[in-house]
Amino acid sequence: MVELKRTPLYEGHQVAKAKLIDFGGWEMPVQYAGVIEEHQTVRTKAGLFDVSHMGEIDVHGKEALEFVQMLITNDVSKLEDGKILYSPMCYPDGGIVDDLLVYRYDSNHFFIVVNASNTDKDYTWMLKQVKNFDVSVDNVTDQYAQIALQGPLAETILQRISNINLSKIKYYAFQHGKIDSVQCLISRTGYTGEDGFEIYVAPEYVRQLWQRILEIGAAEGVEPIGLGARDTLRFEARLPLYGNELGPEISPLEAGLSAFVKLDKTAFIGRDALQAQKEQGIPRKLVGLEMIGRGIARSHYPLQKNGENIGFVTSGSFSPTLNKNIALGLIRADLAVQGDSLDVLIRGKTVQAKMIPTLFYKRGN
Amino acid sequence: MNPVDMKYNKDHEYAKVEGNIVTFGITDHAQESLGDVVFVELPDEGSMVTVGESYGTVESVKAVSDISASISGKIVEVNTLVLDAPDLLNSDPYGEGWLIKVAADDLAPLKNMMTAAEYETFLLEEEH
Repeated sequence: MVELKRTPLYEGHQVAKAKLIDFGGWEMPVQYAGVIEEHQTVRTKAGLFDVSHMGEIDVHGKEALEFVQMLITNDVSKLEDGKILYSPMCYPDGGIVDDLLVYRYDSNHFFIVVNASNTDKDYTWMLKQVKNFDVSVDNVTDQYAQIALQGPLAETILQRISNINLSKIKYYAFQHGKIDSVQCLISRTGYTGEDGFEIYVAPEYVRQLWQRILEIGAAEGVEPIGLGARDTLRFEARLPLYGNELGPEISPLEAGLSAFVKLDKTAFIGRDALQAQKEQGIPRKLVGLEMIGRGIARSHYPLQKNGENIGFVTSGSFSPTLNKNIALGLIRADLAVQGDSLDVLIRGKTVQAKMIPTLFYKRGN
Repeated sequence: MNPVDMKYNKDHEYAKVEGNIVTFGITDHAQESLGDVVFVELPDEGSMVTVGESYGTVESVKAVSDISASISGKIVEVNTLVLDAPDLLNSDPYGEGWLIKVAADDLAPLKNMMTAAEYETFLLEEEH
């Protein structure tokens, strides 16, 4: 058995009586107080996540911009310094290697955040593409711990111990600053559908930061949040998850990520395949599902129409915010019609569901 | 604490005997490890269950878990309350969170189940 990796906050999670699971090779907290309670904490107040398992890859050199442009489907050439971009990274056949956040320091330096379980695969893939580019690519995952404070009260709470004006950091932008006198990279991003920050810090300081944020947010009800609620939060906000909505057998166009695929920019890996798919017609489409019959559609359950398989569930859960059982499914594009019904095959039984818009939850202003 | 008037199995299910009527449910430990229960599927009243075989499912946000019958017999009552309020399994597993009542064909299989004290020892052993 492979030894599970632990974040610097591991002992703290144990003390907090978190339930720990293997997540992408890491021993991570799946829940503390309970998934639903934690979910509501983030939607109504703010919650603190340990996401130190995420991978970080640093790209710098004279041709860093050209290299990243070739690597990903979105366009970083128009991205301002200090801004962040979401993008799929594809194989030549258009399948997805991973989805990334690309932080632009300047045209010679990018900081790329990748999924924990894909870190080694992504790093190897990137190194393979370096070829003649004047660029160096480094896996710097060990140099960073990451925590995220997410929820409507995130800015108010974090501002109390920050030395920079957080309201100046716009959505998908980042700055360097001090939180509780500790130097951090502070990024207005997240994976919950709420406002909030992701904070990158040297591993030796993360325990101090974690404790301090919980302390100063205690009066407002800030609590630690596990990966269970992280999943239901991201799912309600239609934020895709690698391994569910995304994977080597799924193209970003099928996954509803066309806005992040810039076919008219300079050449990139997967461009020809994605261009061809767009011209010939995208074969599958991601749809939202609301259960009509009793049951919860779970990831990988078959989806059927008139007894014929037409796709599968990518993610499905009870939605704490909507108080309904909902799902995302990848189905034949010609059958993806909002309002139409289809069947979910749940343990051998068909249960009816209705197609609804995929964005189940959108935060108010 | 697990009630002393019930029997327990290794899948963390309980059986409470009153005459030849046996009430099935999941234990406090089961609900604790499942987390928030959000869906319960049970058979209809009048249908039959077979000892050791699955008769329904209990689902939390993250997990699906089968529930099995501790004895064979005919279902005389289904707790329809938990179908609409599955969180009763979390808040009151031994009371309002019961699942079905079965008229037992034969109570003998209950002899293989654990007493409350034995079940608590089992829980301690399972932790290690």
